Amino acid sequence: MEGVKKDLEGELEELRETYNCGKTKEETWRRSQLKALLNLLKEKEDDIFKALKQDLGKHQAEAYRDEIGTLVKSVDYALANLKKWMSSKKAGLPLAVFPSTAELVPEPLGLVLIISSWNLPFGLSIEPLIGAIAAGNVVVIKPSELAPACASILATSIHTYLDNRGVKVIQGGISVGQQLLQHKWDKIFFTGSAHVGRIVLSAAIKHLTPVTLELGGKCPAVVDSLSSTWDKEIAAKRIISAKFGTCAGQACIGIDYILAEKRFTSNLVELLKLYTKKMFGENPKETNSIARIINKTNFLRLKNLLEEPMVKTSIVHGGSLDEDNLFIEPTILVDPPLNSTLMTEEIFGPLLPIITVDKIEESIDFIKSRPKALAIYAFTCNETLKGRLISETSSGSVTFNDTIVQYAADSLPFGGVGGSGFGRYHGKFSFDTFTHEKAVLKRIDLLFDIWFRYPPWNDKKLMLLKSAYKFDYLGLLLKALGLKKS
Amino acid sequence: MTAPNGKNGEVFDGEAARLVVNDLRATVSTGKTKSYEWRVSQLKSLIKFSEEHEMEIVDALRSDLSKPEFESFVQEISMVKSSCKLALKELKNWMKPEKAKTSITTFPSSAEIVSEPFGVILIIGAWNYPFMLCLDPLIGAIAAGNAVVLKPSEVSPKTSSLLAKYLREYMDNSAIKVVEGAVPETSALLEQKWDKILYTGNGKVGRIVLAAAAKHLTPVILELGGKSPVVVDSNINLKVDSLKTELTKFYGEDPLYSEDLSRIVNSNHYARLTNMLDDEKVSGKIVHGGQRDKAEVKIAPTILLDVPEDSLIMNEEIFGPLLPIITVDKVEDSFYVINTRPKPLAAYLFTNNKKLKEDFVRNVSAGGLLINDTTMHLAVPGLPFGGVGESGMGSYHGKFSFDAFSHKKAVLHRSFAGDASARYPPYTPGKLNLLKALLNGNILGIIRALFGLSKV
Repeated sequence: MEGVKKDLEGELEELRETYNCGKTKEETWRRSQLKALLNLLKEKEDDIFKALKQDLGKHQAEAYRDEIGTLVKSVDYALANLKKWMSSKKAGLPLAVFPSTAELVPEPLGLVLIISSWNLPFGLSIEPLIGAIAAGNVVVIKPSELAPACASILATSIHTYLDNRGVKVIQGGISVGQQLLQHKWDKIFFTGSAHVGRIVLSAAIKHLTPVTLELGGKCPAVVDSLSSTWDKEIAAKRIISAKFGTCAGQACIGIDYILAEKRFTSNLVELLKLYTKKMFGENPKETNSIARIINKTNFLRLKNLLEEPMVKTSIVHGGSLDEDNLFIEPTILVDPPLNSTLMTEEIFGPLLPIITVDKIEESIDFIKSRPKALAIYAFTCNETLKGRLISETSSGSVTFNDTIVQYAADSLPFGGVGGSGFGRYHGKFSFDTFTHEKAVLKRIDLLFDIWFRYPPWNDKKLMLLKSAYKFDYLGLLLKALGLKKS
Repeated sequence: MTAPNGKNGEVFDGEAARLVVNDLRATVSTGKTKSYEWRVSQLKSLIKFSEEHEMEIVDALRSDLSKPEFESFVQEISMVKSSCKLALKELKNWMKPEKAKTSITTFPSSAEIVSEPFGVILIIGAWNYPFMLCLDPLIGAIAAGNAVVLKPSEVSPKTSSLLAKYLREYMDNSAIKVVEGAVPETSALLEQKWDKILYTGNGKVGRIVLAAAAKHLTPVILELGGKSPVVVDSNINLKVDSLKTELTKFYGEDPLYSEDLSRIVNSNHYARLTNMLDDEKVSGKIVHGGQRDKAEVKIAPTILLDVPEDSLIMNEEIFGPLLPIITVDKVEDSFYVINTRPKPLAAYLFTNNKKLKEDFVRNVSAGGLLINDTTMHLAVPGLPFGGVGESGMGSYHGKFSFDAFSHKKAVLHRSFAGDASARYPPYTPGKLNLLKALLNGNILGIIRALFGLSKV
């Protein structure tokens, strides 16, 4: 590769030129890039594992389950469906425009900026990239500087495997991010916090750039009484693994807190303690199955959450912190104060509060009175409760009796609402989010013309047009022949 | 009941706007607007209003724009009624959750996508189709189960007050409100937290709307404009003379006084347009028309030939009855002319050449394209209406309206049976293999991994 380091303007200019020459619109280019991504994920697996271990202390299994594996699945899905996604869709037509054909033609938006977060540094960069490429765009990825080893591997491997004139990774911190945001993008895809989301939105205004914001929120898990022991155990496992086994709780769709009935809470706590021990051993720090806190700033933030009055005393399990190793023990709390920072801001860490209610149905009002989350979880066999949760609450998604797996479902849109963001992706929704669906109407020939469309206007023409707009063909014919009055 | 603004001499300020939004939020939280019956009742009321006051609507449009009855009927009232009728016909279908396929990755499971209202919507209308551009989005917002504040354009004041009066009379005031006013009232509204905003108008104000929305992370649909071009192929053999003949057929020898010609909306826009015409580089290029009447605020249909590329008329959206014709050497050159400019809301092509049509569709980007006709694509509910780039973001019409105002919630039902222990720590190489097989949906791989037959 050439040794010359281009500046940012030059890089973006090169991407625009590539786009304008039409190459990325071709199916062959898109396919080649997607296949190259597959090769990257397979051949660079070890490097990716190492980088995730270094930046986040992630175990390989977690890295594969949450990042590499889901990405491979997504690329395969895109390759299998690409032709279909790229083809035009026919639309139905009223008589007023006869004879015509109408279709929706998908076209790329152009130059796309993907800004990803540090907790799933590969997943959150490449999952949107798949959609952007499949839709025929040129792309810049700006990975988070808080996961530097991952950003570096991402940059070098994308540079090696993909078409550099069409896909670039630009590394850097806040100032690089700000510089990028000054430019004209045809779409921006942002995953991160609401605070930075607002900054991105404000920058996008100048060029009327459409934006997708994938934010977070406090994702609740409603845990109902479950009669079967098997069900209780599965629920506990799924909760523990979602909270502590997914980037140590630093996940946008991780469980933030639990809602459970008072009378079952002590049982629930025992079960959760049991499975925490089973999964992470007596001394979780020694196991390599829990990720680390990303950096000192976040560590201290989480430490402060625990030090607020009445929060510390609500700890029923865990609570120990190791600042040098950026490790926080899986911690369970029962009924910390609702006005504590722990219960008002997104936790994004391995602290699991359980809020008790008298009757489980009270969870619905509890959730409704708070900002809309990215995901709502509910462990229950009560069909009525399920129905009420779906119809009375609003969130990006609702998952019953499991956690996180909706992330892997290609047929379900992944995105937030209200405070958790807007826009969505995954599967075809990724393709659509980076596509402009152009409406195309073609009149078959110029001979047949509805003469009553044009001035000078009179009542007769008005009458005829009324019929045409009503799809009232017979009426139209009769009126045109003078056999029927309005 | 006090109107939300102005009628008691009170100023509609931020506090007043906040109260309006709070009222609507209270209504939404009761769940009333979600019910099928409520949505149907509101849509039926809209049709009733349009039918029972059709002449008043026509009169208001004539007062605001000198819009001929025909245009008012065909392009505004009729469109609104068809939209309502389509929504009524399809609403049950639209409201039904959509089943989503599930794969072996989440087996066993069932999944669906549930449409739910965003909540409280702000719709800001425009003045050129003041009736339709307020009510068409309103239909979508109602069909999707939302509460709405409608802010009609003050530049078409008779239509604005007609809407305020009759929507108060016909619609459920606890969920649908009209706020009239200009910049101060609109600013007060924009300070509030909305769940979605739909704005129709120009790019400058569109940016103001986006800035206000950014504070609350509110998603926005912007229906803007642009310079929508018409490419006319040579084999159509269209001459300026034929245009002149048709114009005379349409509007007679004295077009300024034809009843079928709308006037310019106000003196500001009249001045803006005559300014374009009076530019010394441009005035000599008029080949037809150019007559104007300041008192009547009318400009005759005007055709210009080969105005300079750097003239105002070729750089700002005209939004008036001035039609410049730019000649090129080869018709394909016109695609280049179009593509070097901001993406317009629509682009039109007249030709019999199949390849040219294909090239046009492939190479020209705009909100919508129409071949061998103009503007009709608005009448096709199966096609989305919206822009791209400078011409806007988001779209509506037909089901796209319902979708525009719905949050599509993913719902996944999982069972307690069928648990893949490979998901959970403590992690082992065997589990990693099983995960790989599961995520790849590879049945053989899964079986092998389960039996411990896979290599790492």
